[in-house]
Amino acid sequence: MPSIISVKNLRKTYGKTVAVDDISFEVTKGEIFGLLGPNGAGKTTTVECLQSLRNYDSGDIRVLGLNPCHEAQSLRRRIGSQLQESALPDRIKVWEALDIFASVAPKALDWRVLLEQWGLADKRKASFASLSGGQKQRLFIALSLVNNPEVVFLDEMTTGLDPAARRVAWDLIRSVRDTGTTVVLVTHFMDEAENLCDRVAIVDKGKIIVSDTPLGLIAKHTSAVRVIFSTDKTDLAWLKKVPGVKKVSSRGTRYEVEGSGPLLALVAAALVEHGIVPPDLCSEQPTLEDVFLKVTGHSVTE
Amino acid sequence: MMHNIRTLFKLTWVEIKLFTREPITVIFTLALPIIFLFVMGGVFGNTPNPDVYRGVGAMNYYMPSYFGLIMMAIGTVALPVHLAGYRERGVLRRLRASSFSVWTVLGSQMLVSFVIAIVGCILVTILGFVVYHPDVPVYIGQLLAAFILGGVCFTSFGFFLGAVLPSTRSAQGMGMLLFFVMMILGGAGPPPEVMSRVMQVIGEITPLHWVIYMLQNPWLGFEWHTNASLITAGITVVSAGLAARFFRWE
Repeated sequence: MPSIISVKNLRKTYGKTVAVDDISFEVTKGEIFGLLGPNGAGKTTTVECLQSLRNYDSGDIRVLGLNPCHEAQSLRRRIGSQLQESALPDRIKVWEALDIFASVAPKALDWRVLLEQWGLADKRKASFASLSGGQKQRLFIALSLVNNPEVVFLDEMTTGLDPAARRVAWDLIRSVRDTGTTVVLVTHFMDEAENLCDRVAIVDKGKIIVSDTPLGLIAKHTSAVRVIFSTDKTDLAWLKKVPGVKKVSSRGTRYEVEGSGPLLALVAAALVEHGIVPPDLCSEQPTLEDVFLKVTGHSVTE
Repeated sequence: MMHNIRTLFKLTWVEIKLFTREPITVIFTLALPIIFLFVMGGVFGNTPNPDVYRGVGAMNYYMPSYFGLIMMAIGTVALPVHLAGYRERGVLRRLRASSFSVWTVLGSQMLVSFVIAIVGCILVTILGFVVYHPDVPVYIGQLLAAFILGGVCFTSFGFFLGAVLPSTRSAQGMGMLLFFVMMILGGAGPPPEVMSRVMQVIGEITPLHWVIYMLQNPWLGFEWHTNASLITAGITVVSAGLAARFFRWE
């Protein structure tokens, strides 16, 4: 697959603050590529440079073979942008906004279809100011897609969306990908990156720490499976002798067993053998969150 | 190219609708000149007095002045507040990211300004003629030329203010100040002849003063005011240059 975005040694500073230290990555056509990291990690600055909304100090960027510094207008015409900070005039109506943004592109999509898809059909004549946060967000996503872009940049697209609307948004973005559009997603939500992205780069302090498929990252950077249950019994030292168990910890009546291999089955068998049948026995698979903690040394909210 | 033009017209049409939904700008650009028309007309009528109003009837003097007043309101209040607000709130950033060119954005603002100015001048003309029966303009062609040059001048002036003023708040403050100073001293308020020398001098350095002279002369049948038109053109060029130099998307 040809690479549609290529970033080499990107660096951007604001005075003495280093926003992007040294970032390199490639995005191939038709994938959902995620930049995952805490606020201030440099994700937004990076995608703003890619969209020619910001100048950078050094490095080399190609998007659709174009240089964002020198071919800004031809690039902007072929990409879609959902920006973290932007607005529309308060009194513009939803359909008017979609109509003028569609007029910029020769091969624009039918904005009426987008209104339906993004659940804004009944808000067609509502003014921008009267929309809720989630509705504004969905309108901005629709605006980023209305010019039928080859690459779409979505910066914290599910901010302000309720859980049900997030699921719908993920499905819609997957279908956008399936029509051949490449998606670059900026997010600080672990579940979003894990569910939606074909590949994820974990960004921290202006650098990409690791990048791979979500499953690849989990397999490579985590080993521990956790088994969790509750019991009134206190002397559970024998648990440590169960094969694969590495660590047993407890908080009150709640126990957490960490280890590897088929941990759940072995722990369950040992518990039954000792006459303990906890009703809440379950196992937790490691997630991207564990990967993030492991590779950056802190959680995403820190 | 064709879809650039289509975008320009679509954006212009939306901007015209947005203008009509913004009460403050409608009041300043369309309602105030009409209120002044009735106040001044009610007080001074249209009987010529050789000592004031360049020796012509007050309403003959004010009709072209209000054309200038409307353009000035657009250039000092409507445009700068609109542009500074768009930048402050991130609307310009949003437009730019979607490949709207600076020519489309500013071009639509210029078209909207002219549409508003034409509507405002037609309103003032109709009401003025119905109520006060002033003389009809003598040189229509020259009046039209003066109207276009005055409109372009105040649009550039508005772009300049919108480019340098950082926020809606500062644009509102500066816009109101310039609006009232120009209105009172620039020739759309009391007759210049009754003002003190200092007030006259301040009046003469306002763009409105020259735009009004340029509009009045063809209306009243005086000779084309070359100096006024050159000064207006100069203000246009300087404003446009500064606007281009300082314009920022964000």
